[in-house]
Amino acid sequence: MKETLLSLEHLSIDYKVKGGYLSAVNDVNMDIREGEIFAVVGESGCGKSTVAHSIMRLLSGGNAKISGSIRFGGRELTACPEKEMEAIRGREIGMIFQNPLDSLNPVYTVGAQVSEAIMLDRVEKQEAMKRAIRLFQDVKMPDAEERAASFPHELSGGMRQRVMIAMMLSRDPRLLIADEPTTALDVTIEAQILEIIKELKETHNTAILLITHNFGLVAEAADKIAVMYAGEVVESGDVFEIFEAPMHPYTRLLMQALPRSTKREGRLQTIDGSVPRILDKKPGCRFANRCPCAEERCRNETPEETAVSETHRCRCFLVPPGQPSGRKGT
Amino acid sequence: MAKMVELEKLEKHFKIPKSLFGTDSRVVRAVDQITFSIEEGEVVGLVGESGSGKTTLARVLLSLTKMTGGKAMIDGVDLSKATKSDLKKLRREIAVVFQDPASNLNPRQTVESSIMRPMVIHGVPRAAAKKKAREVLDMVKMDERYLDSFPHQLSGGQLQRIAIARALALSPKIMILDEPTSALDVSVQAQILNLLLDLQEEMRLTYLVITHDLNVIRYISDKIAVMYLGKLVEFGPTEEVTGHPKHPYTKGLMDAAPILDPRLRGRAKELMKGDPGSLIDIGTGCRFYARCKYASPECEKEDPKILSVGNGHQVACVHPLTSEP
Repeated sequence: MKETLLSLEHLSIDYKVKGGYLSAVNDVNMDIREGEIFAVVGESGCGKSTVAHSIMRLLSGGNAKISGSIRFGGRELTACPEKEMEAIRGREIGMIFQNPLDSLNPVYTVGAQVSEAIMLDRVEKQEAMKRAIRLFQDVKMPDAEERAASFPHELSGGMRQRVMIAMMLSRDPRLLIADEPTTALDVTIEAQILEIIKELKETHNTAILLITHNFGLVAEAADKIAVMYAGEVVESGDVFEIFEAPMHPYTRLLMQALPRSTKREGRLQTIDGSVPRILDKKPGCRFANRCPCAEERCRNETPEETAVSETHRCRCFLVPPGQPSGRKGT
Repeated sequence: MAKMVELEKLEKHFKIPKSLFGTDSRVVRAVDQITFSIEEGEVVGLVGESGSGKTTLARVLLSLTKMTGGKAMIDGVDLSKATKSDLKKLRREIAVVFQDPASNLNPRQTVESSIMRPMVIHGVPRAAAKKKAREVLDMVKMDERYLDSFPHQLSGGQLQRIAIARALALSPKIMILDEPTSALDVSVQAQILNLLLDLQEEMRLTYLVITHDLNVIRYISDKIAVMYLGKLVEFGPTEEVTGHPKHPYTKGLMDAAPILDPRLRGRAKELMKGDPGSLIDIGTGCRFYARCKYASPECEKEDPKILSVGNGHQVACVHPLTSEP
């Protein structure tokens, strides 16, 4: 068994807004092991990016109230002094975002920007540039040497994302947080970037936390999955198990809403209603207002995460612990 | 069935000057020699990577930009010879829905006036327009109370419904849907796709759907057109194109698209290398030449013609793939 690198325990994040606290993330538990791709999926506003940003302590300080624990490699990150946190960012935890252009400086060449990251280790300038070019080759940048002298605006979206990955690789982190890394890219380029991320896991034993709304990516690459809804993880566990037999009504409906066949096989499943805005926590399941199987208890009591099997957890009263649910589809 | 849209060697070339004051110019062949037709009441999906000319083609059909060659017949009107009144008629018959509804609705106008606007422009009396606005809002399954809302008060899915309602206001025959669900979440995407199909069947609308999501295209369309760097490389019924792709590019695109089943993760697939590159001063020969693993010297010499391979399936390739095992 590979070692647990990052573990989130009872992580809750509330944003202070007019009229109270907005519960953005509630009681999230995740264990991410070395050399594992852990995907967090959910629709917009479900809190997946908030979780990712809280690990790196990138949430705006005054407004966000964080409770629970974030343990990374034996250290408690929530209690880390800012100085130590700075050393962890990049060096131990790398991050890539959806839009690489937001993260690149427009007035420096991409080669200079990657070698700047390398020079943090007191490497000489020329040597750093050489290493940067080698990294560009590693991420399969076409004409690596020429490209290193290009400015961000001269590159395509796929190449820019490769630059970001090269920059992240230069620090050789143990954990990579990839927040929607391929959302802005064409499917062909998406497939290439996904290959690089998978290779990283194989060769460097890097743990990858993949934040995405794309179930296709999860099916292609992830080892584990956590499905989030309205700030809570409703179902998590082994990818194969959850795609094969989703238990939570939300996961089930979502999987059926994906277009898999042609229109001749009938209309797609939809989920009525909309995600509630959770101001000041109240008891009850957060999905109850849209759930076709909801019972009285779902509205009055809050379900806890229970283990369905050793590698599968679910937060629903209707899924009995330890045995597969008898309820099929809706 | 009548042909609703008929394109023959349609071209849209852009000239870009080589220098600021020079008279020399280079040509970007954004849409080049495109030939296909859409029957009445048919849904055609248009796929291709960014920069393949999908949106330029749509803009030509909407007469938002003038074509530079070839022929385009829309509901019996020749676009290149259309008079002002022809164009006015066409603009009622052909409607469009874009990807990001938030940026296409005036933030300072209510839903009602946004929906009424096209009707007012086309001379529909106000009272009739008001009535029609309620009708189309009902068609997209939204409550009347939203008529007085402003765009910022609505969610992405609701905004897309408003955009569809506005497109329906002039009772069009053809709808061009440019990435209609790309900005939406999975559950909302399902609602919008269902709605679009319901409307299409009820009113026998003709759709041209542009998207890069192959799962969506396969679900919604009757036929698929694949574009690569301004060229149509493959066209045919959905099952044919997705089941037995003939062009190596189409095959590459299908292989790259993620499949929603982790058990198929290890399936045989070939990832295309590189990206499409630039359209500027593109040489003769097949445009896919540089990325194609079947490329032979003759591919570089001549532009492959689009040939029929049966079952209404057409492909522009010198070495079309044989049916898969």
